Amino acid sequence: MNGYDFTFCGAHLTALGSGALWWADAALLCVSDLHMGKSERILRRGGTALPPYETLDTLNRLAADLARLPVRHVICLGDSFDDSAAAQALPDDMRGRIAALQAGRDWTWIEGNHDPAPVAMGGTHLAELRVGPLTFRHIAQAGATGEVSGHYHPKARVRSRGRSISRPAFLVDDARLILPAFGTYTGGLRCGSEALTRLMRADAHAILTGNRPVAVPMYGA
Amino acid sequence: MNDLPPLFADWFSSRGWSIHPHQQLMLDKAEAPALLLIAPTGGGKTLSGFLPTLLDLADGSHEGMHTLYISPLKALAADIKRNLTTPVEEMRLPITIDERTGDTTATRRKRQRAEPPNIFLTTPESLALLVSYEDAPRMFAGLKRVVIDEIHALAESKRGDQMMLALARLQTICPGLKRVGLSATVEDPAAIAHLMARHPDPCEVVLADPGPAPDIRMLRTEEVPPWSGGGAAYAIPAVLEEVKRHNTTLIFHNTRAQAEIFFHNLWLANDEGLPIGIHHGSLDRTQRTRVEAAMVRGELRAIVCTGSLDLGIDWGDVDLVIQIGAPKNVKRLVQRIGRANHRYNAPSKALLVPANRFEVVECVAALEAVLAGELDGEPRGPGPRDVLCQHILITACAGPFDADDLFAEVTSAGAYAALSRPAFDDCLAFCATGGYALRAYDRWQRLMQDADGRWRLRDPRSAQRIRMNIGTIQDTDTLKVRMRRNRGGKPLGEIEEGFAATLTKGDTFLIGGQIVRYEGLREMTVEVSRDAAKKPRIATFMGTKFATSTQLSARVQRMFTQESWPELPEHTAAWLHLQREVSELPRPGRLLVESFPHDGRQQTVIYGFAGRNGMQTLGLLLTKRMEEMGLHPLGFVSTDYATLIWGLDAVEDPAPLFDLAALQEGLEGWLAGNAVMKRTFRACATIAGLIERNTPSARKSGRQATFSSDILYDTLLRYDPDHLMLQITREEALRGLVDFGRIEEMIGRVGDRIDHRVLSRVTPLAAPLLLEMGRVPVSGAAEERLLAEEAARLMEQSGLAALTPPPSDRPRWRAGF
Repeated sequence: MNGYDFTFCGAHLTALGSGALWWADAALLCVSDLHMGKSERILRRGGTALPPYETLDTLNRLAADLARLPVRHVICLGDSFDDSAAAQALPDDMRGRIAALQAGRDWTWIEGNHDPAPVAMGGTHLAELRVGPLTFRHIAQAGATGEVSGHYHPKARVRSRGRSISRPAFLVDDARLILPAFGTYTGGLRCGSEALTRLMRADAHAILTGNRPVAVPMYGA
Repeated sequence: MNDLPPLFADWFSSRGWSIHPHQQLMLDKAEAPALLLIAPTGGGKTLSGFLPTLLDLADGSHEGMHTLYISPLKALAADIKRNLTTPVEEMRLPITIDERTGDTTATRRKRQRAEPPNIFLTTPESLALLVSYEDAPRMFAGLKRVVIDEIHALAESKRGDQMMLALARLQTICPGLKRVGLSATVEDPAAIAHLMARHPDPCEVVLADPGPAPDIRMLRTEEVPPWSGGGAAYAIPAVLEEVKRHNTTLIFHNTRAQAEIFFHNLWLANDEGLPIGIHHGSLDRTQRTRVEAAMVRGELRAIVCTGSLDLGIDWGDVDLVIQIGAPKNVKRLVQRIGRANHRYNAPSKALLVPANRFEVVECVAALEAVLAGELDGEPRGPGPRDVLCQHILITACAGPFDADDLFAEVTSAGAYAALSRPAFDDCLAFCATGGYALRAYDRWQRLMQDADGRWRLRDPRSAQRIRMNIGTIQDTDTLKVRMRRNRGGKPLGEIEEGFAATLTKGDTFLIGGQIVRYEGLREMTVEVSRDAAKKPRIATFMGTKFATSTQLSARVQRMFTQESWPELPEHTAAWLHLQREVSELPRPGRLLVESFPHDGRQQTVIYGFAGRNGMQTLGLLLTKRMEEMGLHPLGFVSTDYATLIWGLDAVEDPAPLFDLAALQEGLEGWLAGNAVMKRTFRACATIAGLIERNTPSARKSGRQATFSSDILYDTLLRYDPDHLMLQITREEALRGLVDFGRIEEMIGRVGDRIDHRVLSRVTPLAAPLLLEMGRVPVSGAAEERLLAEEAARLMEQSGLAALTPPPSDRPRWRAGF
């Protein structure tokens, strides 16, 4: 299993190459911005018919992480569904997949801006959740500490010998940790964007996902 | 014979003109359902197309639109409007003329739909848009003729396929519509005639007198051309001399990057300060327009340009065309040479400048082909299905349609004449539901069937989105470049996003002949400042790198069989003789493979003559095969003629490498994950309407709402590998960037006739390959390694490494087990 270990507000965490966050001491896996049902929502609103496999692919990748780790608690950090109607329209087989992943585990759905209402699926629905020193919520709040959030889909870029490598990335400083989007149909926001530089301190890191996650200084990446 | 009425005859003679024989022929045959005119530039081609229209409209009795004119270039439509206005005004003809392109204002567009002009000038994209409106039958009511200008250029692209589908639509609205095509010299007029006519109508071809043979030579310089490279910097003084000796010279290049470098060097050597401009498709439109205007006014002595000047705009007094680099394709060369001359019956004058030693051979071969009148060209495959998908959506925008009727209409377009009903139904299913193996979209179909079985848009709002995305021109991911200033400085042009991503502040690059310094990225614009650096990098621009045509490659191979080469310059002939002495020259119908050690590595050269894209693909496939066979290849480089592979172990028997079945198998596996496929997929999926370039909600500030088309490609490949979009992508890539067809042709051509020469050192013919740019390393893990190294460096440099515990080798979560 590929991971990058780091300590955040006293918690020993691992940024996984998949974009999930693993907290071994709490047996907790956190994923953000799954955006399940995105293709259905786009078509419903008069857009194009994208390949309707993103929910399956997202769940397959989540299942792979769950199969490898002794996870007792899963937190989906908001925007798990592309909107409430998309959650309702989720096909039965996908509901079955989710139920199977939930079996024998605590499961928390944190509300996001795309899915503010509780979904008719197992698990607990919360606006935010405190576990030990950490607070899990969807959108970062000003002045927060020990906060784990998502929402922005951060990505970072490293240039080397004429190649430019851009990947979804975790952003972390002393007070805040922002997760990359885990969903298959998600884009990224450059970590140099104002929305992110406003939040993150000057000594923040970006941890690039991929086969071997690596950390670089966020400012300069 | 139709005599000109007195009004026209007087007008002709008042200008001192007499009607050309082919203009008379076009007039006589004006009632033919389809008519194709092949005429050289300057042959009064446009007037030939319009004369029957002007005669027909002269009495003022026609109501509404009479003739539709379609040209591939907006600028050409504007030009033609000016040219037509002169006779109409001078003869006081009661004819209204108007143009419509992407630049036409909304009010004028509205007026055109309410009160259509008699002669309507437009582009294929604007026509497709007009056909998508519900009131199209009213706007085009009464239409009698359509004139397609520069049809040879359209016939080679999806723009032409889209246009012909739109014409099929118009033909249903106006059954008596007659079609006229105007073309430059082409190798196969019958092929264009087939595309142009309503299937199965006949299409007569009128051939104008081709005029005198061009005066075309290779530029002989004191300097010997270099062994490799494409810049032709050695020829700058000689080219400058030629510019001085002529009024106006067009200097054509094969790529935009080469045009930039050449212009830069030309300018450094231009001691007399001759007015010289640069023109290519990546430059900002205002810059291009300024150069075009200066050219028409006769103020420029030379223009360094690329294919953007290939088409028929009236460039005034051009008396010399210079082609830098081997022309790669004889037909394009002939069409470019045609630019040199707008006076019918005077020979065009052109010079070829080979950029390196091998190109000397190719230039001489091309010259011989021109003199022999042998043009080349690859036959196009059947009409592309992504364009058909877009056409189905366009049709749905105009109103409900019956699938049987639409199929009949579509197959009346020549390119789609052989389209099968199941293939059509697949495209229709794709438009309706996405056509996925998973039937997830029954509820939200894009197209739905009425009770009477007719197809219509489910959500009328989607018509707007479809119209916003009409067209088949490839939008590459480019970024605009501007001078940095408070409120946005002067726009300079565009560069590829991939190139922009490699820039860091302070890097310098060439654009529009200027050296600029990269300052930063602001929103989606690259901001630059002026810089006086001596050694700028070269911006990369999208734009095709042409591959040498099959016919020209064969001609070069035939030249190699000669005893001696009196037609070649001494230095080049001596080089070929030496190759024959040391090894041998590649022979037609056989495959020469050379192996020799060099630079501490084992080198193998395959002289496959399959064109740049084909040889590149061959390099990828062969290195993959060699990897499997344990030969440890390290990298390769390809040109139009040969691929050089280097590695740790020598190739002892090349025959097993060229097993077609094994190569094909490698192609399947390797190709799927290749960047070329993803690029091709993006283009096809955009045309077919799966990916929208433009959406009604304006661009979002961030980009997290959008995701890359690569993700769609990967997802489809994983869960729906037989999906229509992947079928189209494969088909297209194999013909285009991957060009596997040329490799199959090569293997068929050589069979088992492989001549393997094992030598002790590099051969004369192989030597230039060692200098060739664009070496491709063979590696899979390279990116991860680069990333890890660079990350460590950055952490160290910033001091952050000291603050952060390094990643531990033993993952923490194992502790519990």
